[in-house]
Parts: sequence; C-alpha cells; structure tokens
Amino acid sequence: MFNEMNRVISYIKTFALWELLGGLSVTLRQFFRKGITLEYPEEKTPQSHRFRGLHALRRYPNGEERCIGCKLCEAVCPALAITIESEVGEDGTRRTSRYDIDLFKCIYCGFCEEACPVDAIVETRLHEYHMEAPGENIMTKEKLLAIGDKYEAMISADKAADAKYL
Amino acid sequence: MSDDIVNIEVNGKAIEARKGQMVIEVTDGIGVYVPRFCYHEKLSIAANCRMCLVEVEKAPKPMPACATPVAEGMKIFTKSAIAISAQKATMEFLLINHPLDCPICDQGGECELQDLAMGYGRDVSRYNSGKRVVKDKDIGSLVSTDMTRCIHCTRCVRFGEEVQGYPQLGTIDRAEDLKISTYVEQGIDHELSANIIDICPVGALNNKPYRYSARAWEMEQRATVSPHDCVGSNLYAHVLRGTVKRIVPRENEEINECWIADRDRYSYEAIYSSDRLVAPRIKNNGEWQDISWDDALTKAADTLQAADADKIGLIASSAVTLEDSHLLVQIAAHLGTDNIDHRIGRRDVSDQANDPLYPHLGCSIAAIEQQGAVLVAGSNIRNEAPIIAHRLRKAALAGARISFVTSREYKYFFDVADYLHGEGLVDMLAGVLVAAAGRKKPPASVAKLCVGVSASATQKRIAASLQDADESLVLLGCIAGRHAAYSAVRALAVVIADLTGAKLGTISEGPNAAGAYLAGVLPHRERGGKERAAIGLDVAAMLDAAMDAIVLVNIEPDADIHATTDAVAKLAGQKYVIAITPFVSDALLEAADLLLPMGTFAETSGTYVNAAGTWQSFTGVANPVGESRPCWKVLRVLGNLIDAPGFDYVTSEDVLEEFRAQVGDLETNTIGKASTRFTKANGEDAPADEIDTPLYSVDALVRRATALQLTPAARRAAAERDA
Repeated sequence: MFNEMNRVISYIKTFALWELLGGLSVTLRQFFRKGITLEYPEEKTPQSHRFRGLHALRRYPNGEERCIGCKLCEAVCPALAITIESEVGEDGTRRTSRYDIDLFKCIYCGFCEEACPVDAIVETRLHEYHMEAPGENIMTKEKLLAIGDKYEAMISADKAADAKYL
Repeated sequence: MSDDIVNIEVNGKAIEARKGQMVIEVTDGIGVYVPRFCYHEKLSIAANCRMCLVEVEKAPKPMPACATPVAEGMKIFTKSAIAISAQKATMEFLLINHPLDCPICDQGGECELQDLAMGYGRDVSRYNSGKRVVKDKDIGSLVSTDMTRCIHCTRCVRFGEEVQGYPQLGTIDRAEDLKISTYVEQGIDHELSANIIDICPVGALNNKPYRYSARAWEMEQRATVSPHDCVGSNLYAHVLRGTVKRIVPRENEEINECWIADRDRYSYEAIYSSDRLVAPRIKNNGEWQDISWDDALTKAADTLQAADADKIGLIASSAVTLEDSHLLVQIAAHLGTDNIDHRIGRRDVSDQANDPLYPHLGCSIAAIEQQGAVLVAGSNIRNEAPIIAHRLRKAALAGARISFVTSREYKYFFDVADYLHGEGLVDMLAGVLVAAAGRKKPPASVAKLCVGVSASATQKRIAASLQDADESLVLLGCIAGRHAAYSAVRALAVVIADLTGAKLGTISEGPNAAGAYLAGVLPHRERGGKERAAIGLDVAAMLDAAMDAIVLVNIEPDADIHATTDAVAKLAGQKYVIAITPFVSDALLEAADLLLPMGTFAETSGTYVNAAGTWQSFTGVANPVGESRPCWKVLRVLGNLIDAPGFDYVTSEDVLEEFRAQVGDLETNTIGKASTRFTKANGEDAPADEIDTPLYSVDALVRRATALQLTPAARRAAAERDA
C-alpha cells in the first residue's frame, strides 16, 4: 500500500521536473551569495609563515654562509632528495662543496629546516616556480644561496613570527 | 674452590671472577655496560674520567669500576640510583667545558661522549660561566687537533708511553688549566701514532686528511686487508658513494689487535692520486695514446702469442693477490714459459732451491709476544712490519731478550738486549754462529763463512739468550732478503736457529709473498712448492736477457726492483714491455710499451697470505677509478684471448676455489734448508750491501699518500736521499 503511494508520487514528480527545479534553486541561491573564488594570480590566498615552499640557503648579515656542512638535513631527509659534499673551507671551517636538492624527489616535509642547527636551509613561502629543461629540478648551492639572498627579508620575518611558538 | 676465584654479584646476579680483575673487566665480560672514557682494554688504568662510577655495597661512596678490584662477596650495582646519579653528575662536569660543536665535529655520530650525553646528560646546562678554550696544536699531517674538546682522559698519553714506548703527548699544568700537548712544538713521529685517533673518546684528535669530508653515519663499513706488509693487518674501509673516505682498524687479536700502522690508515689517499692510470695506453712511435680495453688486450695477447716462449718474462710484485698469482702462473704455463718471478727485491737467488715452501714468520704473530729471546737479523723492523715490531716490544716488556743485527743502527723504544752493527751482516752473524757452536766446530756447510771468525762478548750473549730461552726465534728481515749475500745470511740463520733450538722466521716484502710462493710465481717452483722441470729466469736474469715480451704486474721499476740495477733502462731496452699497473710514472712511461690500468687493493677482491700463513680474503670496497679493472679480471680476459684452457671464472672466489683444490693440503716446511754455496764468502760483504726502504717508500701506494709524505719520517728520508 505504502509502496504504491510512493511510486505514484515519484511518477508525478518525474513529469513535473521536480528535481530539475530543485537543482536550479541551488544555483539561484548561489547566484545571490558572495563568491569565494580568487582571481589567481592577481589575487592570492593568505599564507602561513610556516608555509613550506621552495628551499633557500641563508647567509649571516656579514655575508658568511650559514651552512656548516653537518649533513643533518641530508640524514633526516625522508625522500633522499639532498646530496652534500663537504670539505675544509678557505677559512678552515667545515663547508659544503656541493649542496644539491632534487625538487622532484623533495616532498616538502620541512624536516631539513627543522634539523638544521644554524637555520641555514629553510623552506620559503615561494611556491610559484617551474622548470623548463631537464636538470633544472636540481637546486644547486648557488641557486639556493641566490634565493636566500633575494628573499632574506621575508625569511627572517617568517622566522621572527614563528619564534614565539618554539 | 680455587684461590683465584672470587664470588661476586653484579646487579643481583651471582658471578665468578678472577682475583685481581677490575670490576669493569668483569662487567664487560658478562655484557653489562658501564660507561667509561679513560678506561681502555689495552692501556693502563688511570681512573681519571670518573664516568664508570658504580655502587658497591658497604662502600661509603660510588667506586670507579675500572680501578676497583673485585673482592669476595662484593655486591655491585651498575644501574642503581646511586650509580646513575654519580654518572650523571660526572657527565655534567664533563660537559661544562666541552664545546657544543657536534654538528661540525668529525667525531659526531661516533662519539663516546655524545652517545653517553644522550643517556646521562641533562638537556640544559646549569653552568653559566665562561667555558675553557684551548689552543689547537699542530702535531703533523696525520692527526688534527681540536683541544677544546679534550676531556683529559689521557688515553693518548698512555698510548704514547705504553704502546709506542715513545711518549710525545703529555699533560701540562693542572686542574682547569690541564692541557694535552707535545712538550715542544713537533709533529708526532711514530709508525703507529695515528691510533690515538681511534682511542680518543671525543673529537679532540681526529683524522686530518679525512677532516670534514664525510659523516660517520653516511659511510658504509667494508672489511679489507692491509697491502703494505707481511702482517696483513685487518682493516675497515669507510666508503661513501663508492669512494674510500678513511681506513680504520678491524680488531683481530691474532694479528693486529686493535692497532694499525699509519701507512695502513693513510695509504688510501693514493687511490685518488693524480698519478692513477685511468685508461689503457699504448706507445706508438714514442707517443703515448689512450686506447680501448679491447684493443689493448688484443695487442697484449698478440704480442705474447707471437713471442718465442723462452723469451717471455712475467714479473709480479708481491702485492698482487693469490688469485692474480694463480692466473699469472696459468698464463705462463699456457705460453710455455718458466720465466716467472715475484722476487723483485731479492738480489741473491743462488740458493733458491733451498727456500722454504713460503717465507714464514716461524710462529704466529701473536706468539711473538711469548718468545723469551729473539734475534732480529737484517731488518729495520719498525719500517718493515710495524705491528711485528710492536709485538716484539711487548715481548721485551715481558722480559724477553730482543737482539738486533744490522749494519746500520735503528732506534727502538724498548730495552734492546744487544745490538750488533757497523760491520757486514754475514760477518756479524758468523760470529753469533761461532758463539752458538761454542766449543764445537761450526757445521761443515757454513764452515767457509766462519773461517777466522771469533765471537765477541755481545755475540756470545746473543747466542746464549737464544739457547737459554724456552721459546726463541731468529727473524730475518727485508734488509737480509735484499742482501747481496742473502744465501750466506740465510744459511747462517738456519744453522744458528738449529744450534740454539730457536725457530727461524722471515719477514717478507709485500703483503702476499707467501701467496706468490704458494701459487708458484717463481722460476724454479710450480704451485704448491713442486719443483719445475726446467728452471726459468729470475727477475735479474730476465732483465739482463733480450726478451721478446715482458709483463710487469703492479711494479714501479725505478723504486720497487732491487734485484738488479738500472731496471728502467734494461726494461726500456727490451722488445715489448706490458705493464699492468695502478699508477703511471715517468719510469713506467720510459720502460713500458703498453699500460693496462689495474685496481688497487681497495678496488679488487682477492686473498693475501700473511707471514704466519693465514689466508685472508677480502672483497673490493670501492668503485674502480677510471677505466681500471681488478687485476684478476684483466688476466682472465687475457687468458681467454690467448686461449688458455679453463679461463671461464666468473668471480675471484672461483679462482681461489680452484687454487685451493689444486694445492690441497700443504706440508709446512717453513724453514727450508741451509745453502752450501755462497755468492759472497766471509769478509766480502759490507754494510753497503744492505738496502733499506724508508718507512713511507715501501710501495707505490705509500709513496703517493700525501699525508704520509709530509710526516717527519718521510721528510727525514727525503733529506737523506737528497744528501
């Protein structure tokens, strides 16, 4: 009895385009709401100061490289994306002669930044980058230092913002 | 119950211990770990780090486990609250002055202090005054210093005093100002000195050539064997991405204990020297050109096959492996030549028929310590086999009478019972023989050498010491082996050993002279010591003859060949010289016509037989440099190209297995017979007949190890050579 009633109602609804009207009512409601879409790249979502994007190697204010070649980042990297070779530097200290990060292997976990005893390797908030030729996925020491030099203001501001949570 | 045994309890477990044992020895024996810095099994007890404090029942305060002898009924607690708090307190004091530079310290990751600080250290220091800073010392090219890191355990000081016998490091000042230092500014200068790197529990003393180049955790540890002397010290190579970064000792109580010679540790530098031959090269009209392996091996095979069998010579050094030797012997057999030899240092081969099966030490390496008297003849033993010299020193400290006979006087750091020097080796040994014979006449075989010789008081004392001791040994060194009258020297030594009841041993050149003898890299013997039907040419005879083709394996003709003079010019005059070599040098470029690059000890698998007859196999630990290939592979392909039968080995183990099966059980004639025919008679030999190789010139690897060449020993040798 009850089942037969439902079948009749469903039959009538089919011819009355009930479900179509229901769907269109959602559209109508959304039409009058304020949109949430951003006009990327002109508009951008806010980022956390902890955002983990492209890597950078930092320097001290006097221009000295921070990296001491301890290889803790290499050891902690779960994706084996970092390759380091170290040697005795010109000033007699421990220095890297090679510092490569393979961006294809990197999973942007941020462990390297966390492991670094001197805040040398950091993940910046940069996330808009691309590679055109094979091999460009390898970030060499020079490239990483250049990024660090260019965005030092942003990096140090982020570090300062994060300091109170440490 | 014997009087020597005491019953003690460790952490509630009943243990029997020997009287006089220290608590830490007992706990180590049962696998209970007590933290320590200053205690070292091989060194005396200092008890100055205080890290091993444990609780002992009824003792008023925690006791240092390393300096507390066990006593009947003693109850020891290593993990009780009192013990742990004492250890933590000690650690806190140690960390007061220790810098926090673990990330840049080469010891980081393998540091005893770092490890224990994880277990016993507080995460925050309560100390907030200034830390102690100590100026670094320059103690030479082998060991780097970061003296601020020193925790004053004095292991290095005790090593110098007790193991080297030549204390170069000591302590200056006291308490807060205590410093480890060389008293006057100088480089460490002993053939075992770099072992202080291993015993230093922190990063104060470290490996200088290795400095900052790798971390402990990223390297692979692969076992290998030293290629520098007949001891065959056991080594670990630490390898990063196929490159040897450093060498450390592999403990073997029977051979090298936990020490290795400095040249074992640093010779790896030569693997990456710019002198490496990285591709096959051929001389075309006096111009050297790189060629492919295919062409090079075809050329070598064609040359050997075109040559008259009697005019082919094969010369290997004693640093080639047993497998290489076996293949070389088979190639010689297939080519139909008996001209094969490895004795590049031996000048007098007139008594080769009387050689023992292989040059043997006469006893095991460890057994040298048990000798009551040792006569070392014709040897600069600290250069030839530093580990054997160390064992001799231990024997001397235990009361053995160690005597030396060489024309030149060498320095030893123990009480030498008697030292004969100044005259010719034959004359001095003849005197010992006359003394040993006493009232009897010297045996007829050596009578010719003893004519008119009378024994001096020293010679009589030496003979008496050998006769009186329960265990005594006569050792012939490499200087004797290179002596122009070696047959006479050996005959005298055989008779002296016989008359005094001593064993006779030989210190052979290179790591595998014994293996070369066994494999039959000899003109008069086949594998297993069987006499050859026809006796071939030895090294000197080959170079003097006009040969069609000569193959050199791992030889630098200018520095390694003592069997004849002007080896380079003689080789250059030969029709065709093929050199299988890891290195290229001016001498080789002049002497050879075809150069085939072979791997060094680190790049090949193989087996060395040491002087005590121990077969030690090892695998290749590093990637071959350039186009170089393990020697056995080169020989195997060469064997295929000349259609030698049975050359279908896949691994070097196949070669070894075949060799083992072919030689079977060997009779152990380690002494050989005394000669009766001598190249030089009594009174004809002179100190000038002795050839000594300086410590850091013994082989091609050592000569190219930069750090070793900067040591005081190498600089002295260079100055002497130039003078």
